[in-house]
Amino acid sequence: MLPIQILLIAFFVIAMVKVAVKNYKGELSIGTTLSWIIFWIIAALITAQPDLTSSAAKLFGVGRGADIVVYFALVGLFFMVFRLMVKIEKLNREITKVVRDKALM
Amino acid sequence: MAIVIIPAYNEEKIIGRVIRGLFEQGLKDIIVVDDGSADGTAAEAAATGVIVLRHEINRGQGAALETGDAKARLMQADMVVHFDGDDQFNPADIRRGIEVMNEKKVDVVLGSRFLDSRSHLPWPKRKIILPISRWVNFVFTGCLLTDAHNGFRILSKNALEKVRITHDRMAHNTEVIRQIRKLGLSYLEFPVEVRYHTYGQGVVGGVAIVRDLLVGLFTKFF
Repeated sequence: MLPIQILLIAFFVIAMVKVAVKNYKGELSIGTTLSWIIFWIIAALITAQPDLTSSAAKLFGVGRGADIVVYFALVGLFFMVFRLMVKIEKLNREITKVVRDKALM
Repeated sequence: MAIVIIPAYNEEKIIGRVIRGLFEQGLKDIIVVDDGSADGTAAEAAATGVIVLRHEINRGQGAALETGDAKARLMQADMVVHFDGDDQFNPADIRRGIEVMNEKKVDVVLGSRFLDSRSHLPWPKRKIILPISRWVNFVFTGCLLTDAHNGFRILSKNALEKVRITHDRMAHNTEVIRQIRKLGLSYLEFPVEVRYHTYGQGVVGGVAIVRDLLVGLFTKFF
């Protein structure tokens, strides 16, 4: 394996450990923990065997491995951003509840 | 008693005039909700003797109306009138609106700028923005109204008990209509006059409302 691959995989393993620790401390829910661990495992696999992306691309009828990584990454990012927007809206509504209670005192 | 709720943000120059206009119509039960104004809106309103509630920080017109509604419920109001604080509505429309509500025995009276010819809208609003907003409103509520975005409404005691505005900013217009339909409340549209001092919601405002409505649909899932 190339040095860059070893370095990246080491980084991903550290990230996984950090996520596991956060979950153990109760700072992350089980759903979020599993999502991130799966994400880092896939990242490690692709780093160790880049040809996997080409196989995946062929499976989905897409040209290059790099293309399919980008497509999935884009969809994932849009989903995460939308989820954040919804969470911000919920936070805003909670702030309004507090402001309203004070106004009505 | 019928309580008029006026959401107000930075309207110190005009709020006194709006309140006096209501007094002239014999409407004395008024709640002004100062939505975190940076100017003297609250003081100007309080000087007239009406009830003034104050949001410490600005939350939006929808939030201010719901705060007013909450207070009205505590005061056991028989009905509430939502009336903008920027002096663009005609207070004489309130009396007529209440008469129509009592006569036709509906739960909600919704103001419309398009049922008579008193309101003169800037043409981009009339020809482009409002037709689109009527369609967007129909998609989100299933109701095709002549005026999809009008802050003038009268809620009966029954409607006041059941309707809860959760959209803080300007999407409350669509939200209230959606709830009316879901709750099976009776409603009708009623001609009101709007005099334009400021433009109101343009295209950017309209897009923000649609975005808020979409995000709002998903707050139960995330």
